[in-house]
Amino acid sequence: MEIKVLGPGCKRCQQTEHIVQEVVSELGISAKIDHVTDPIEISNYGVFGTPAVVVDGEVKSVGKIPSKEEVKSWLQGKN
Amino acid sequence: MSQQCCEVQQNGNVMILACSGGSNVGQLSNQAAVELTKEGFGKMFCLTGIGGHLSGFVQSAKDVPAMIAIDGCSVGCAKAILEHAEIPLKAYLVITDLGIEKNKNFDLDRETIEKVKNAVKSACKDLPRGVGSKSVCCG
Repeated sequence: MEIKVLGPGCKRCQQTEHIVQEVVSELGISAKIDHVTDPIEISNYGVFGTPAVVVDGEVKSVGKIPSKEEVKSWLQGKN
Repeated sequence: MSQQCCEVQQNGNVMILACSGGSNVGQLSNQAAVELTKEGFGKMFCLTGIGGHLSGFVQSAKDVPAMIAIDGCSVGCAKAILEHAEIPLKAYLVITDLGIEKNKNFDLDRETIEKVKNAVKSACKDLPRGVGSKSVCCG
């Protein structure tokens, strides 16, 4: 599984990445987590704001810090 | 970088989706969206990306707190695209409802453009302005 956190490296983006890492760890999932900070690469996802989370190429949330429950639902849906 | 991101988001917290169709009213929707973006009222976004069901565009429209769809006429293509993608309407304007007749004259006049822009602002008056910037901003 490939997870990308999109954002320029601000506090909210870091919080989002931290939540994703926590959930991946709790669920014991094998996943590659990238934090994409390049604005051009971010724009290629067509998101209106950051932070955003992408799971296996599908954008799951935009412009907000997702809850752990939300992240769990995305990742468990993939299992 | 994060500061730049925040500035962009705070200046454009209303997502503006224009039908941009092939008539005077379609192009009025586009011109109003462009000018309102330049003026910092909101930020024009790609309705075609939503129509193509690209996840970044669809999810952005679902998650943004403040959004307006502008249709040129009662055919309602923008509204239909949002419904097809299961995105709830938050604010909505049909330009022909303003008494502007649909035709193929693409020479848009300033007075009519301003009329549409004012109608867009009025349609957005109950949207959570400010909440959007706080929610979307990196801060």
